[in-house]
Amino acid sequence: MKSLADLEAIRQRAATDVNIRREHDGTRIVVGMATCGIAAGARPVMTAFVEEIGKRNLSDVSVVQTGCIGMCRLEPIVEVMRPGEEKVTYVKMTPEKARRVVSEHIVNGNIVAEYTIGNA
Amino acid sequence: MDMVNLKINGQAVTVPAGYTILEAAREAGIDIPTLCYLKDASQTGSCRMCVVEIVGARALQAACVYPVAEGIEVLTHSPKVKQARKSTLELLLSNHDRSCLTCVRNKNCELQTLSEELGVSEIPFQGEMIKREIDDLSPSIVRNNNKCVLCRRCVNVCKNVQTVGAIDVTERGFKSQIASPFNMPLSDSNCVNCGQCIAACPTGALTEKDNTADVFDAIADPEKYVIVQTAPAVRAALGEEFGYEIGTPVTGKMAAALRRLGFDRVFDTDTGADITIMEEGTELIERIKNGGKLPLITSCSPGWIKFCEHSFPDFLDNLSSCKSPHQMFGAVLKSYYAKKHNLDPKKMFVVSVMPCVAKKFESQREEMEHEHLRDVDCVISTRELAKMIRQSGINFKSLPDEKFDIPFEEATGAGVIFGATGGVMEAALRTVADVLENKNIDKLEYHEVRGTEGIKEATVNIAGKDIRVAVAHGLGNARKLLDSIRSGEKQYEFIEIMACPGGCVTGGGQPIVNAKTYMEHDLKAERAKALYSEDERAAIRKSHENPDIVLLYKEFFGEPGSHLAHELLHTHYTARNRYTK
Amino acid sequence: MYRGHVLCCGGTGCTSSGSEAIINEMEAQLKANGLENEIKVIKTGCFGLCALGPIMVVYPEGAFYSRVKVEDVKEIVEEHLLKGRIVTRLLYQETVEDDGIKSLNEVDFYKKQHRVALRNCGVIDPENIDEYIEADGYKALGKVLTEMTREEVIDEVTKSGLRGRGGGGFPTGLKWKFAYNAKGDKKFVACNADEGDPGAFMDRSILEGDPHSVIEAMAIAAYAVGADQGYIYIRAEYPIAVKRLEIAIGQARAYGLLGKNIFGTDFSFDLELRLGAGAFVCGEETALMTSIEGKRGEPRPRPPFPANQGLWAKPTLLNNVETYANITQIINNGAEWFSSIGTEKSKGTKVFALGGKINNTGLVEIPMGTTLREIIEEIGGGIPDGKKFKAAQTGGPSGGCIPAALMDTPIDYDSLIQIGSMMGSGGLIVMDEDNCMVDIAKFFLEFTVDESCGKCAPCRIGTKRLLEILTKITDGKGTMEDIDRLEELAYTIKNSSLCGLGQTAPNPVLSTLRYFRDEYIAHVKDKTCPAGVCKALSRYVINREKCKGCSLCSRQCPVGAISGKIKEPFVIDSDKCIKCGACMEACKFGAIYKK
Repeated sequence: MKSLADLEAIRQRAATDVNIRREHDGTRIVVGMATCGIAAGARPVMTAFVEEIGKRNLSDVSVVQTGCIGMCRLEPIVEVMRPGEEKVTYVKMTPEKARRVVSEHIVNGNIVAEYTIGNA
Repeated sequence: MDMVNLKINGQAVTVPAGYTILEAAREAGIDIPTLCYLKDASQTGSCRMCVVEIVGARALQAACVYPVAEGIEVLTHSPKVKQARKSTLELLLSNHDRSCLTCVRNKNCELQTLSEELGVSEIPFQGEMIKREIDDLSPSIVRNNNKCVLCRRCVNVCKNVQTVGAIDVTERGFKSQIASPFNMPLSDSNCVNCGQCIAACPTGALTEKDNTADVFDAIADPEKYVIVQTAPAVRAALGEEFGYEIGTPVTGKMAAALRRLGFDRVFDTDTGADITIMEEGTELIERIKNGGKLPLITSCSPGWIKFCEHSFPDFLDNLSSCKSPHQMFGAVLKSYYAKKHNLDPKKMFVVSVMPCVAKKFESQREEMEHEHLRDVDCVISTRELAKMIRQSGINFKSLPDEKFDIPFEEATGAGVIFGATGGVMEAALRTVADVLENKNIDKLEYHEVRGTEGIKEATVNIAGKDIRVAVAHGLGNARKLLDSIRSGEKQYEFIEIMACPGGCVTGGGQPIVNAKTYMEHDLKAERAKALYSEDERAAIRKSHENPDIVLLYKEFFGEPGSHLAHELLHTHYTARNRYTK
Repeated sequence: MYRGHVLCCGGTGCTSSGSEAIINEMEAQLKANGLENEIKVIKTGCFGLCALGPIMVVYPEGAFYSRVKVEDVKEIVEEHLLKGRIVTRLLYQETVEDDGIKSLNEVDFYKKQHRVALRNCGVIDPENIDEYIEADGYKALGKVLTEMTREEVIDEVTKSGLRGRGGGGFPTGLKWKFAYNAKGDKKFVACNADEGDPGAFMDRSILEGDPHSVIEAMAIAAYAVGADQGYIYIRAEYPIAVKRLEIAIGQARAYGLLGKNIFGTDFSFDLELRLGAGAFVCGEETALMTSIEGKRGEPRPRPPFPANQGLWAKPTLLNNVETYANITQIINNGAEWFSSIGTEKSKGTKVFALGGKINNTGLVEIPMGTTLREIIEEIGGGIPDGKKFKAAQTGGPSGGCIPAALMDTPIDYDSLIQIGSMMGSGGLIVMDEDNCMVDIAKFFLEFTVDESCGKCAPCRIGTKRLLEILTKITDGKGTMEDIDRLEELAYTIKNSSLCGLGQTAPNPVLSTLRYFRDEYIAHVKDKTCPAGVCKALSRYVINREKCKGCSLCSRQCPVGAISGKIKEPFVIDSDKCIKCGACMEACKFGAIYKK
């Protein structure tokens, strides 16, 4: 390390990891992880979200689980909450869909309408 | 010089910067009591007897270490200070073996004096006193920790001045004590027996091994022919024990006292010193001429010898093989003198009065004998001699001045200055110069090797050759000097080393001087002066011109360094461990 | 990328209550559930709430689990980490709310705290320098080296009003200035991590939980005073702290934050650890330095002060761990921010180790000026078992006790001195009605007698004699004269000892004499111990009304001191009784009591 810029780079890198422990206003991705969700394949979906976010180095996004949302037939269900926007609920998610949600919705702000609960 | 203004007890005082409050107060005529303080040797501020109040400071401060500062106000005898000192002293006394009446330091004890001066009338504290074992296994030094006040003057002298480090504080807190490593007896440690710890001790915790009873017994034994010899430095200090000013030579009264004690013959070790010069001078000349091991280092000081054996075994070949003067003289007495006067050497009992306690150890070294006859049978210190004189009802001051016995009545000035640092060197140079130049040189005094400087160096040109010489006194200085030779930084042909700072005049067997006297006197210089003045008055000032010595070689040894001389007058050394015997 | 973090306390307190096994179990369970790549386990330093350990916090929810047992781990993994259902029964109950969990900052224990020195403890992974950097670590060092002059740094520290947290309370900026002004070709900085007060462990916690904060601060100090070498003197009894410091120093070196030309400037600095053997006196600055030099750890008189002649007689700046832990915050947030916290003469916060008769034992950091009452009743959760508060000891064996009447004293350096105690390093031991104050004084004296180095006479012999007099009093053999002698001797030791240890050693005696003299008098005149602690003065008595004469007590008595007829009240022979208390424990009717 030879400069303040080097230090800042390390700080940024570490921030993606540590941010999870901070109370923050960033995007929250909530995955339903009750028995029904897990049975329907929620775990690979969640893993896909985590991997994709990690790959893109998105520091202000957290992935959390929740229990049964109450629409077991639509599982795996994922809710995306972006600050200042309406909650978007995606249903019958797969890892592929998850990756698309990250690239289109989380990064670019375009809701992937075809996966949402409204189109189910 | 930067001067500092301060107030002591309201009195304005101006002293050089760097002075301690203790020194400044002394200039102002104010005595502050001390216990752990010893000029040039011990400044630890640990006994807290010298505490003073510095106006504005939170706690009391130790005057012996607190440097003066501009504008400070010091109270040396405020009620708070006096109370604190007295209380601390009472605490010390509460953990002290208070058998003053039977103590060797009775009436010469700094703790006792303090108790009187601070008006201690009772010991208000009862409580635990740890009973310590007395270590009397050393032939030279007895340690009685029951009398120890943990002032550490001995430790500081041993560790810092002498760089021996045979003793230090072990354990902690109330259990603290002064001990050798692993609590082994001093005799098993690397103690060199110099006795500087004894000289530093304010109480009776460190004393010499008392051999006066052996001497009294020998004198009382009609079978024994008891001969006494006295080292040069003894005459320079013995008087102090009887109220003489420091630096008063008492040679004549000493000889008279010894005779009254009942010794059969009273001789002067100065004669032994003259023999030493004959042998050591010859050794030096031969080593220089024949490319022997140089520098040659003197071997008169048994403390130095043991130090060399422990810490500088690589220098053992540099040591002169000469025994020390009193050992040589003892050997001569039991051979040449016995034969000449038809005495049975087995019945002879040679007592050496020495300024030294290491000589006790030395006389017991197994090498110090010839044909199963010990060179010297008993060594007593100057202090022990004074004790014998007092115990025998001899009024020292009223004694007439007497001479030593014949032969050896008159030793040379060269022999007498052995007792001061640089003296052996000077005596040797007087003889070596004459021998090498093969004529009687006028130069007698070598002032460049005199004085109390720790290490003295000179280059003396003799017979066209530069002889580089050095003199060190005190083992710390010896270490410094030898380290500089080891590293190749320095080269010499001839070196004198004395274990005790100041040489024998301030040896570990000399009358004990309290800390206050150390502050007021330059003990080393004042005692040495007594010897140099005797040298000046001496009729003969070169060892090889001593007629008794000339006769001795003519009748007995033949040449210096002869086979017989080697058998009787020379010795050898043994490398020792660094930390144990 | 992990979606969740599990923070487990790996401080010494939680480690000894078994957090190591919990961490291992957590890792095993995560693996068993295939979560090891989703959930990260982080061993942190101390959270402060040691009474509730082992502690575990799960993010992103921030669920604060307390007193976690190995058996609980499976449930936390399967319910919380897998299914997202927080295990409410394991939550620290103070954080439980009807509609979820409350932030830790709103809990009583933390509400009044202000964590500056402890800011990262329990929050970051102390063995990962990146996490420290993420928390603005080494930013202050970068700023100092690239934007500030040495004088500006000292000025900032001076303006902050920070005072030495090791106990003395000497203004830190001034200390830095002395070392800066000292002339010398070589200078050192040193850190005093020889925390010796019984019960105090804030320095250990900082080093265990946030080692880089000290390393960074030492580098800043070195720059300011002109040193290039530092030493951390830490006791060998702190193995976790030592290990984390070693890791941290290694990581800082690897990043070039220690070593040559830091941040590309011409400033170079490196650090070494020196392990102490745990002598209390080595917390005294001159003794500490003597010990670093490899000699017997003993103090020496001052002056010369370490700023001029410290390690190897070179100018040396020595600060305590907690002092250093404040430095980066002062640089980052400014002196003004720091000096806005605290009282007029004592700025910032102070960490206290709460111990003794208090519910929430642990580590708290409070703004200076907080009252003792707030600490004990609010943060500390009061005294257990509804007992009455009697006194609090601050400053450990060097401090004094504060009686209930002074509970509303705002705590800062000067107010504590004024009431006969001292800040010390921040030990705070709470005593209730069951504590005998003479016995407390004796307890601390036993400690100082043990820890006196023995160099100076007043401390070496004086503390021993103090203890002997105290023992005489608690043995019921004391006289009124002894109390006077005790006091007089205490002042002698205080006034004339060589170092701080001796000068403060009599404080427990003097302060208990000041506030609880009546207890001393009771021991001496009435031959009773009002708190019933002093064995020699207490007696076991059987209440005749309650005794059923079952003989159980007499059968339990090891010395046959209890006799009586079955179904009639028994009696205890006080002369035979050795006061072991076995009878009282055995009695089923509560008929035996101590008098």
